Amino acid sequence: MCNVCGCGAGETRIDGQDPPGGDPVGEERPGGWRETRGHDALHYGRGPAGAEAPGMSQTRMLSIEQRILARNDALADENRRWLAGRGILALNLVSSPGAGKTTLLVRTIEALQTRVPVSVVEGDQQTSFDAERIRATGAPAVQINTGKGCHLDALMVGQALSRLAPPADSVLLIENVGNLVCPAAFDLGERAKVVVLSVTEGDDKPLKYPDMFAAASLMLINKTDLLPYVDFNVDKAIDFALRVNPALAVISVSATTGAGFDAWLGWVDAQLDEARAAARRPVGLTLDGES
Amino acid sequence: MHEMSLAEGVRQIIEDAARRQGFGRVRTVVLEIGQLAAVEPDSLRFCFDLVMKGGPAEGAVLQIDRVPGRGWCAQCDAHVDIAELYDPCPRCGGYRVQVTGGTEMRVKELEIE
Repeated sequence: MCNVCGCGAGETRIDGQDPPGGDPVGEERPGGWRETRGHDALHYGRGPAGAEAPGMSQTRMLSIEQRILARNDALADENRRWLAGRGILALNLVSSPGAGKTTLLVRTIEALQTRVPVSVVEGDQQTSFDAERIRATGAPAVQINTGKGCHLDALMVGQALSRLAPPADSVLLIENVGNLVCPAAFDLGERAKVVVLSVTEGDDKPLKYPDMFAAASLMLINKTDLLPYVDFNVDKAIDFALRVNPALAVISVSATTGAGFDAWLGWVDAQLDEARAAARRPVGLTLDGES
Repeated sequence: MHEMSLAEGVRQIIEDAARRQGFGRVRTVVLEIGQLAAVEPDSLRFCFDLVMKGGPAEGAVLQIDRVPGRGWCAQCDAHVDIAELYDPCPRCGGYRVQVTGGTEMRVKELEIE
């Protein structure tokens, strides 16, 4: 088993491309990633080999004081600086499987792309179905398949970014693996996490899975067109979510009918304005000049 | 099961330290895990034993020090103790509590030979 994400060896694929025959070659990159030979594919499923050096002597305590996710966080910071230098708004969409993220993305892209370029990173364990749905809108999309992995990490998104090459002043939407637990812990370099909770789920989910609601900046309550048919109390869900995260913004939408989309798109526009303004602000360390 | 990724992060930190400091075996790994961190200690223990195999910390004892959860209550304008992300303020009973501590996941120290 892979010791990066727990996936089986060689199960990670980007845009469905297999790394067959693809024994990893070249330098091992931070995070245990290596380029594969002869295929335009990226493999994330192999960790570093162990180095065993047994020795018998007295023991001593060695102070380490390092964050466990320091490596992911450093890569996420790289992504964030790269995006910030170009005024690109990156949002990390997270939810349970089936909350309607892809349908929400499709409608959002259709509304946004008349005035701003949108590109998409799609995360799923298997298949490129979602990237195909996104590409049907005309927006460029890269599919990351995590194999048995349960979340996207900053390394995967960094590699996807170099493929997508999103233009300056654009919007990058990252659809994380459908999982309300693990993606909460992994910073990808996004400006904000947007958690999608659909009314076909329980209204007590914010308390049952609090980490994601604590990590998010915005909660979208989706599928509101189904409210007449389900036992979902919107006020209760919002109350529970605010108990976990009093700073959480909340917008109710239906990706099917478009209800609530004015508010959601307004939130995206406000975030984009801030991202663009920050990129133009003269600071000591700019990566990319004034774009 | 992101605990597998976390265990791998621990192994990387240990291997980096082993290269830098030139030590051999690790007897004890001390982690600091906040009470409000997105990690299940039992699951992390299980993954730790698997992931450390073949490396300097194979068979090492895993010690997990818990750091209590802390928050700031906007209502009381005070720092308070909380055990869960959704806990109310123990003073006023309100829920306007922003988490300020207890989410850390760190490798604190290693007992090495």
